Amino acid sequence: MSLVFLIFIPILAALFIPLLFKRLGQIHTGWFVLLVPAALFSYYATRLPSVMEGGTYVSEFSWIPSLDIAFVAYLDGLSLLFTLLITGIGALVVLYSIFYLDKHREQLHNFYVYLLIFMSAMLGVVQSDHLITLYLFWELTSISSFLLIAYWYTRDRSRFGALKSMMITVFGGLMMLGGFVLLSIMGGTYSIRELIAQAPELAQHDFFIWALVLVLLGAFTKSAQFPFYIWLPDAMEAPTPVSAYLHSATMVKAGIYLVARLTPVFALSEVWMWLVAGVGLFTMVWASFFALKQKDLKGILAFSTVSQLGLIMSLLGVAAAAYHVEDAAETYLKYAAFAAIFHLINHATFKGSLFMIAGIVDHETGTRDIRKLGGLMSLMPVSFTVALIGSLSMAGLPPFNGFLSKEMFLTAMLSLQEFDMFSMDVWWVLFPIIAWVGSVFTFIYSLYFVFHTFAGKHQPEQLPKQAHEAPIGMLISPVFLAALVVLIFFIPNLIGDWLVKPAVAAIQPFLYDSPQNVDIHVAAWHGFNTELFMALGIFAIGGLMFWTLHKWQRLYDLYPDAISLNRLYDEMMLLSGGGANRFSRIYMTGFIRSYLVYMFSFMTFIVLLTLFLTDAFQIDFSNLTPIGIYEIVILLALVGATLTILGSKSRLTAIIALGAVGYSVALLFVIFRAPDLALTQLVIETISVALFLLAFYHLPQISRKEERMKFRFGNALVALGVGITMTLVALSAHSQKALPSISEFYKETVYKEAGGGNIVNVILVDYRGFDTLFEIAVLGIAGIGIITMIRLRLTKKEGQHENK
Amino acid sequence: MRTNDVMLQTATKVVTFIILMFAVHIFFAGHYTPGGGFVGGLLTASAIVLLMLAFDLPTVKKIVPINYVVLTAVGLLIAIATASASILFDVPFFTHAYDYFDLPLFGKTSLHSAMLFDLGVYLVVVGVTMTIIQTIGEDE
Amino acid sequence: MELVMSVAIGLLFMAAVYLMLSKSLIRIIIGTGLLSHGAHLLLLTMGGLGGTAPPVVADGVTVGDYADPLPQALILTAIVISFAVTSFFLVLAYRAYQELGTDNMELLRGTEDYE
Repeated sequence: MSLVFLIFIPILAALFIPLLFKRLGQIHTGWFVLLVPAALFSYYATRLPSVMEGGTYVSEFSWIPSLDIAFVAYLDGLSLLFTLLITGIGALVVLYSIFYLDKHREQLHNFYVYLLIFMSAMLGVVQSDHLITLYLFWELTSISSFLLIAYWYTRDRSRFGALKSMMITVFGGLMMLGGFVLLSIMGGTYSIRELIAQAPELAQHDFFIWALVLVLLGAFTKSAQFPFYIWLPDAMEAPTPVSAYLHSATMVKAGIYLVARLTPVFALSEVWMWLVAGVGLFTMVWASFFALKQKDLKGILAFSTVSQLGLIMSLLGVAAAAYHVEDAAETYLKYAAFAAIFHLINHATFKGSLFMIAGIVDHETGTRDIRKLGGLMSLMPVSFTVALIGSLSMAGLPPFNGFLSKEMFLTAMLSLQEFDMFSMDVWWVLFPIIAWVGSVFTFIYSLYFVFHTFAGKHQPEQLPKQAHEAPIGMLISPVFLAALVVLIFFIPNLIGDWLVKPAVAAIQPFLYDSPQNVDIHVAAWHGFNTELFMALGIFAIGGLMFWTLHKWQRLYDLYPDAISLNRLYDEMMLLSGGGANRFSRIYMTGFIRSYLVYMFSFMTFIVLLTLFLTDAFQIDFSNLTPIGIYEIVILLALVGATLTILGSKSRLTAIIALGAVGYSVALLFVIFRAPDLALTQLVIETISVALFLLAFYHLPQISRKEERMKFRFGNALVALGVGITMTLVALSAHSQKALPSISEFYKETVYKEAGGGNIVNVILVDYRGFDTLFEIAVLGIAGIGIITMIRLRLTKKEGQHENK
Repeated sequence: MRTNDVMLQTATKVVTFIILMFAVHIFFAGHYTPGGGFVGGLLTASAIVLLMLAFDLPTVKKIVPINYVVLTAVGLLIAIATASASILFDVPFFTHAYDYFDLPLFGKTSLHSAMLFDLGVYLVVVGVTMTIIQTIGEDE
Repeated sequence: MELVMSVAIGLLFMAAVYLMLSKSLIRIIIGTGLLSHGAHLLLLTMGGLGGTAPPVVADGVTVGDYADPLPQALILTAIVISFAVTSFFLVLAYRAYQELGTDNMELLRGTEDYE
């Protein structure tokens, strides 16, 4: 089966969801949805053995050939790993959601349609080899995330959070598109593989640094790096399955994926390494520090996710160092990429289970406020066990998988001492220190999360609901993930061979020919080395600080909200909305006069400018027709009638004068040999005057006081401008013809080919019949509009209020 | 609008028919000599308006019991059907056809599919003009 | 003749625009009527006012000093459309007067303040 087609399976399945929900409402729609990720997961899993050997799959579907845009599905170690995460975690989350979302009360069709759209989009992001389609899927993940966060759209916070995430991630996406375009200009191709092949030449290009920064903006906004992370905590308004899936396991890792995927292109740059590693590490310590400020269970998890994403990001930054060292595979620098991917897998397992537990606590107690919770250990033993496993893994304790990747993280940071370029020989020491500080806070908030929820004193009076253990179906997914957390600790090298090494080979293709060459062995124990002492220090200091947490946690409240990034976002939104409003208020006055003045002035301006610039104004005196006495008389009548309108006191006079103008025009048509026009104009003028009078007949004294128009200089100026412009246009249009008139053709063919004698009529019904068809359509529309205005009156029905 | 002018009413009875005949003539003549669907339609409409001026709306409605909205729709349908018919003969949209026939009474006559299209235009013009005037006139 | 016509056209446009900028709704509608007259004459003048016979040909006669048929066809379309638009405006004004009791554009101004 074509890989490209597989990407679209979830979105196609989404088409049937509303039908299933309506017709088979008694069966929870989630059961049908579950089939999709489960089937995809098992299919993609069969590709694992050959990808392990270094094999890749490509399949292409041309979309817009003229612009060279195609859907290209490219499956190598990195994209297969993400694909398995998306489908695997997806299946578990759908299973969990079946018990989390009530089939009677919730709008399941909306939920699952959005979720399936997201699944397709995410598969597209990680499998696309084509930059433009990658961008397309990237924005589609933002949109589906927006829809899912706003799933409970009646809540203010949900809408706010949805909009915030949308604004920030779409901003980043647009920047990224700019980066992609620059890349394609530099490399002459949209294919990522082809760009990687010419990476050294790209680095010499002037646009290189711009492309780099723009692409990183996209990755940082999506992966919630400092200072763009502020959308993620607000995104926690989404239903918990969504938070577990999008905002922890998959979508926020799209930025990680992008950085990993483009590492071969950009790693040669010093800026890349400093930015990715620096921003990542700073995000890690910043978010872990502020996680302890949170009172909401999901808020803690959101900050912890930001922090862990920063950790992975920094590892990818350090992994770029391997590009600058000879025989990097022989040094400790090789660990960074492996640690990044390994921790990514581990994070998906333990954070997924923790989110699901937070959802269970919310579901079974009715609150997520950690101050009200406590002592649930005995009431919810299974949940507690899962939460403990997840938290201790996050804290980096053995025997859980988090310990292994955390150790390797410290190893990678320490490995920077072997690197002496880009002034790293001076600054390298900062990296392990910051990493260590961040790890200490990670340790504290992990314990804070689990013990303040499940240990301590139970406060049943604070809880909206009687707390009890969750139904078995809801526990399947978190228990499964928790089991993986433990299992991976014992078989890390199996995971390494299957999943991590193929991905590492894709990130560092210049280092390794095939995944087997990645010479890294994961061990829980590797002697008394620096990493071990650092870890012991984390446990000791972290434990001590957690013990005294109640004494110093209040310090967080001293941090003023006024200077927070959230405040900055709010101010910017307010400013842009209000500013746009004020700006448009300047010229949108509500007077039709103002708008007409804009239009007429602008039209006069551009027409005169064009006449001037193209030197078009010429008068050709040779081709004039002689002036006749009848014409002059009629024109005098016409001008006289026009002046009468301008000077008239009563409206009736004006209307009759308008009729006079019309009849004069009809006479002019007669003189200039246009019998059809003269006839039509005469009849129309008669009917129009009748219509004007009819409309007035019904108006009882339109206003008692009728007066002459007051002279207004501004209006006169605009009118004079338009009049002069039109005179000039008429003169120049008559005096020069760029092309010979098509009339000659009409005269030749009208009798022989069109079978008619009256050229005007034949033009109307034959040569240009299309115009006439649309014209009578416009007539019909005008008629309908008039009927509507007169017959349909929804307001002002005496004594009736139709709106009620 | 209620008038009771005997002179006007008597004259109208005659003039209306003259205008109507002229309108029909002009409509049919349109392809070869001045005239056509637009003018024909407008003249027809003006004849009916004249009736309305001389008598009053309910009376005219009784004399000419036509739903003008339907008339407009029929006109549009005829126009678009004529235009589309050419597709059936595998020629581009809006291709007209004509030929000359010897008909009894008329002699050699040209029958032209453009005439059908013009008929559509005629009906639309009559329909819309009368719709406008009638709706405004009826509104109290 | 074309020169004189051009000046007349300019005059028509000027009067039309001046009327359209006024405050009274009925004057605005009269202005649009004048504007379309001006536009029709402009089309006619652009094509040239020459030609001694109307653009109607008989069997086999293709040579002759006909007036330009193209502007005439355009004008015919324009006349009918401007009739439809004028009646639409007229009914709009009529209804606006019925509902709001004024035809002064200054009073018809939407004053909703939205923040």
